[in-house]
Amino acid sequence: MAQAIAHAQEHAQGQQHPVRLYLVVWGWLFVLSTCSYLVDYVGLHGYLRWSLILLFMALKAGLIIAFFMHMAWERLALRCAILLPPILLLVFLGIMMFEADYTVFTRTEFFGVAP
Amino acid sequence: MAEPALTNVSEALTRPGSWQGVASDWASDQRAFKNVSWGKVMMWIFLLSDTFIFSCFLLSYMTVRMSTTAPWPNPSEVFALEIGGAKVPLILIAIMTFILISSSGTMAMAVNFGYRRDRVKTAALMLLTAAFGASFVGMQAFEWTKLIHEGVRPWGNPWGAYQFGSAFFMITGFHGTHVTIGVIFLVIMARKVWRGDLETERRGFFTSKKGSYELVEITGLYWHFVDLVWVFIFALFYLW
Repeated sequence: MAQAIAHAQEHAQGQQHPVRLYLVVWGWLFVLSTCSYLVDYVGLHGYLRWSLILLFMALKAGLIIAFFMHMAWERLALRCAILLPPILLLVFLGIMMFEADYTVFTRTEFFGVAP
Repeated sequence: MAEPALTNVSEALTRPGSWQGVASDWASDQRAFKNVSWGKVMMWIFLLSDTFIFSCFLLSYMTVRMSTTAPWPNPSEVFALEIGGAKVPLILIAIMTFILISSSGTMAMAVNFGYRRDRVKTAALMLLTAAFGASFVGMQAFEWTKLIHEGVRPWGNPWGAYQFGSAFFMITGFHGTHVTIGVIFLVIMARKVWRGDLETERRGFFTSKKGSYELVEITGLYWHFVDLVWVFIFALFYLW
């Protein structure tokens, strides 16, 4: 039992990872930030612009959460408890898009303002 | 009173990492996430609630932008700076992004050196992180001043949809507040590390809990979250 507790304490000190890993993640974050800035600088438009913005955003967020915040090494139960609830936001997103479409429809149709 | 001991430590640690492990974690007695300290779990749950707050801001920004009939001001032009006679689009925001990314890196390094018990390097890296954060807030203050001089208000602006100002001040103001709180948090923690509080397990002045190097990691979680929120603001407000 004493050995088990010692092992547990050793584990509690955990989250020791090679410095190289952090540097690589850091480098990728810089590259991705530069890419997302270039999307604006080059002046891309339409669906290509929006999909690239979302892609770089998702990759950066994933790298930060997984490596800098150590989520990749946490217990699966904790990962589920923290990462699954935000999926509900997609429902909220859908509701608000529907609402916004309706609002702009009433504004153009009944108040005569051109979109 | 000693810290509550883990019951069945060996059992807790040998649990499978699969869905079976998730079920046994959630069904366990006393605590759900075995061998994860309550401090870390509470920080994660706070960050989850903060995620919903920022999501509400960003979703309301999306709603007003989609539903306005006036043209939305072009952020690329609004946030351009004149450097050497040429207008560089969004340059200040790009610099702010790089500063925050750099601060996230130094914070990750601080956590790493904390667990290696390198007191001086940990404190120095945390202070460097705080300095990056303070310069970020300084640039944001500069940006706000510039926009207010150009006539941007929460109720109007010279270029188009009035909602632009309210969304801008609301979202960046709330994020800037988070950065400021993070800088204060970092300086307090750096002082504790420097003084050796985390090695001598000196009790904190506020929580009266024993100090440990996990406090650096928990501070880091908050700081990385601030950076994470900026990733979303940068993409959805400034670049969209």
